[in-house]
Amino acid sequence: MRSIRARLLVVLLGSTGLVWFLAVVWIYFSTQAELERVLDARLMEAARMVDSLLTDHRVDLALASIDGNGTSGPQSRAVEPQSYERQLSCQIWSLDGTLVGQSEHAPQGRLTDVKQGFSETDVGGETWRVFAIENEALGVRVMVGDSIRIRDRLVSEVIKGLVAPAALVLPFLGGAIWFSVRRGMSPLKDMEHALAGRDANDLHPLPEARLPKEIAPAVEALNGLFRRVADARDREKSFTAFAAHELKTPLAGLKTQAQIALASADGEVHAHALRQISAGVDRTSRLVRQLLDLAAVEADAEQSSLVAVRASELVARIAGNLSLPSAPPIEVVYDGLDADRPVRIDPVLAALALRNLIENAIVYSPQGARIVVRLSACKGRLDLCVEDEGPGIAADELSRATDRFFRGRHRSSEGSGLGLAIAKEAVSRMGGDLSLENREPHGLRAVLSLPAEELP
Amino acid sequence: MRVLVVEDDALLLDGLSVGLGLAGFTVDAVATCEDADAALSAQPYDAVVLDLMLPDGSGLDILASMRGGGNTTPVLLLTARDQISDRITGLDAGADDYVGKPFDLDELSARVRAVARRGQGRAAAKLEWCGVMLDTARQTASLNGEPLMLTRREFGVLRALMEHPGMTVSKHTLEEALYGWQEEVESNAVEVHVHHLRAKLGAGFIRTVRGLGYRLAEEGA
Repeated sequence: MRSIRARLLVVLLGSTGLVWFLAVVWIYFSTQAELERVLDARLMEAARMVDSLLTDHRVDLALASIDGNGTSGPQSRAVEPQSYERQLSCQIWSLDGTLVGQSEHAPQGRLTDVKQGFSETDVGGETWRVFAIENEALGVRVMVGDSIRIRDRLVSEVIKGLVAPAALVLPFLGGAIWFSVRRGMSPLKDMEHALAGRDANDLHPLPEARLPKEIAPAVEALNGLFRRVADARDREKSFTAFAAHELKTPLAGLKTQAQIALASADGEVHAHALRQISAGVDRTSRLVRQLLDLAAVEADAEQSSLVAVRASELVARIAGNLSLPSAPPIEVVYDGLDADRPVRIDPVLAALALRNLIENAIVYSPQGARIVVRLSACKGRLDLCVEDEGPGIAADELSRATDRFFRGRHRSSEGSGLGLAIAKEAVSRMGGDLSLENREPHGLRAVLSLPAEELP
Repeated sequence: MRVLVVEDDALLLDGLSVGLGLAGFTVDAVATCEDADAALSAQPYDAVVLDLMLPDGSGLDILASMRGGGNTTPVLLLTARDQISDRITGLDAGADDYVGKPFDLDELSARVRAVARRGQGRAAAKLEWCGVMLDTARQTASLNGEPLMLTRREFGVLRALMEHPGMTVSKHTLEEALYGWQEEVESNAVEVHVHHLRAKLGAGFIRTVRGLGYRLAEEGA
């Protein structure tokens, strides 16, 4: 059963009904047993009473006999005993088997053949419960009995009295259970309505006020998810907007320069415009490449795969892959690390991070400056350090320098504001971190610290 | 006509300087809010071309401080963010026009001319005085319907004078309209241009107001 409401209804109604039914069965049997006991005791008592009256001669046997015979007629015996009056019938038999006397409405036949004690007998189509007692002194046997049918009726009346109100109340109880289950489920229903009516862009949180505490955690979790999705979407949106802005500006520059080249007859102006176009295309291609790098780093599809690479190989791979021409000299220093000893590292991400740091250094390097790439290994960590002699990053901008598209005061015309962001993203995917610090007298030191296993 | 261009992208800034220069403007180019504020307080401009995203702030901040300080120089916003809401924000902040990147250089020149013209309180694109007509868009001149050949500087001097007919324009103002920061101004350059113009238009067309500058002769004089 998939519906909680239906299940609750079935369980609640079923268990209530079952409890009630078991109670009725229990009461039926216990009432029957109790009644048996009480009525048996009454039979016994009545028989003894009659016996003692006879013994004491307070009632004359002959008189009793006449009296008994005189009033009992077949016509009156045919009348069904409607109420609980005259339940008991009494017969007095002589020990030799003649009826001495009997009570009004007593059956025609002998009540029992048992000489003494309890017995059940069929007399005239009816079952009787009889207690017999023998009086040897007077030579009589006193029998007192009552009809089992009447006993059963008594029990059934008691049960009826029990079941009738229950049967009346049960529909109301069912209604109350149904109503309260429905009320109890209403927050879920409300939530369903609120969510079903939404379009895909509506990521507003669901109202959290006055929720039952069973549902509140689910709603909170859902709202948390909404928040995260909205954040991710905002990031994506601002990224797209930034990317569009960053691409439109160089495109505007290219178009302007192209129009100048077309419009100007002056050879110098013409050549200048073409040089600008060429440089602009280089810069724009680098920007596109960086956007793709960022997308690649962010596409968190698979875990980074570790491969054994030689440090020298890694550096060589980057050096041959720089998207900036006319780079200043790059000096590679291996500090406590054998350049030819392989380390286990994600080569793609590490190369991406290191390349962007080196390109960043190139972009900010003044004429004649040099760049040092320092590789060192220590206790399972590989540090890739890039030092330049550029302007560095203003102290108050250091914390924002790895934000996407952030470009500080010491910006370069060739920068895009993406290099450090890519390096940071790549390094955090490898489980390492990127630290930036300014050098004396000027320049920037960027350190990629990666967990890396050095192989023998 | 002197224009301040504020744009942080070197490629585009260079393109705007050269391109607007070809269209007859004298261009001062800056890349930051700080430099723009300094330039604006140092001298008057006929128009400002302003990028919105600058390294040390937003172009809207420059615009706000200009308008707050009573500077009514026409401003044309230049930006990659050209959603309608961005345009509305820019125009409501006091900009006179809005151009989205990338743009057509000729259209940009025309829009700069238009906002500058409006800034001077003129609606007509052509300047006319005593039979001389200047087409500022094409940078051509005619005298009584006959084409008139003028150099770029001569055109600039004549335009500065014809934009304020009947008023005396100082030599300094003419120099500012003709030469940007990077250009060397020779001390007698304006006199030379005026001398050449007088040779082409007649000696009486431009009058020298001793100690003050130059002005156009009265109509019919």
